[in-house]
Amino acid sequence: MAQINFAAARHELTPDETVLECLERNGHEIPFSCRTGVCLTCMMRLRDGTPPSASQNGLRQGQIEQGYFLPCVCRLAETGADLEVEAPTDAELFGRAVVSDLAPLSATVCRLRLRTSVPLFYHAGQFINLRRGDGLMRAYSLASVPQLDETLELHIKRLGGGRMSNWIYDDLRLGEALDIQGPNGDCYYIGGDTARPLLLIGNGTGLAPLYGIARDALAHGHNGPIHLYHGSRTAKGLYYRDELMALAQAHENFHYTACLSGEESEARAAIGAREGRAEAVALGEHGSLEGWGVYLCGYPPMVKTAKKWAFLAGAALEDILADPYEMQDLRRLPRD
Amino acid sequence: MSENLYENIGGASAVEAAVDLFYRKVLTDPEVSAFFDSTDMDGQRAKQKSFLTMVFGGPHEYSGKDMRAAHAKLVDDGLNDSHFDKVAGHLQTTLQELGVDSGSIAEVMAIAGSTRDDVLNR
Repeated sequence: MAQINFAAARHELTPDETVLECLERNGHEIPFSCRTGVCLTCMMRLRDGTPPSASQNGLRQGQIEQGYFLPCVCRLAETGADLEVEAPTDAELFGRAVVSDLAPLSATVCRLRLRTSVPLFYHAGQFINLRRGDGLMRAYSLASVPQLDETLELHIKRLGGGRMSNWIYDDLRLGEALDIQGPNGDCYYIGGDTARPLLLIGNGTGLAPLYGIARDALAHGHNGPIHLYHGSRTAKGLYYRDELMALAQAHENFHYTACLSGEESEARAAIGAREGRAEAVALGEHGSLEGWGVYLCGYPPMVKTAKKWAFLAGAALEDILADPYEMQDLRRLPRD
Repeated sequence: MSENLYENIGGASAVEAAVDLFYRKVLTDPEVSAFFDSTDMDGQRAKQKSFLTMVFGGPHEYSGKDMRAAHAKLVDDGLNDSHFDKVAGHLQTTLQELGVDSGSIAEVMAIAGSTRDDVLNR
């Protein structure tokens, strides 16, 4: 079997093991989060050898040229070739960012704004990895738009046992510095056809990338209809309603629909929300999605269901961009 | 098989044009959709693309062994000739909708038909 050479030691991979699993089995502590090739937390760099192409999916061309790959989805059984790898140095991957704003948006969501010393080149809807001093790292999507906002904006949901989110809520202070890596991901507004309809569906803090993508599209002069559906079980999960209604006021082609799946009819009526899950309401309101651009952000079960429904409604699969939180894939470490 | 089937059909752009049409047909067919009911739609689309590239006579890395391994579990779940025929029918309809000439369609269907025993693990 193929071998992996890391930190002056050689390890043999079992046939169905990933490079990340092999290194962990041999006692190396490699930072990781999603383990599905999405978050880039475990990204490593090659010193020698050619990795299977699947382990470089989703990386930028520049990163591939520099030899970066994702050990969590790197199985050497495919290529049979040995690899010599190293952990990337911090300075290559991380920049510093300072907390410039920290404000509650609802009972369970807060807004974190970060200022970087050099501007980050990114698209609204991409995500960055946020790392605190002890190495704890989590991915968050960007709600800000480079040409509209001076700072990076993230929406943080406070989760029960969440180490990072609770720390951000309870301990993080204005002016404190954090490490950031990114931007990552391909879920963002693609210019070109400014007339095509866009369907944006999100639940929870999946609104963050969608809020960025919608404003980015409008800033690019998108004049086709943009329909944003934000879903939550309870009314308190529907944050940024004023901002979204103001956006709809300012742009006649932007439409915002709040969806509540778990509230009584009076509660729904009080805020003018629709009944049901965001993906069900959205797909029910539009017939054929042929030629549409579709953005899906939030909990993976919603993203997967909606992706299939949107495809069957006529959207081309390559026009369906998704940013799922892969938290159900974290078998060993709960994402928080 | 003619030397230039792949070029006649339109090469990679024909695969690109056919893949969503074809995949949507099999997913909406109640008799076969369950066999395609993967949660990884992007991964499955990539597999459909390599399958279409192969039956269009294009460059591919499919082997009979891969075909068998990829479908073994589905055969355990009941995949049989009638399902194979249904999917082949969707392939044919896809090509007709794209305006592929009947000679090329016959060649594609012959290549697709040659995979039957591997797909059904016989």
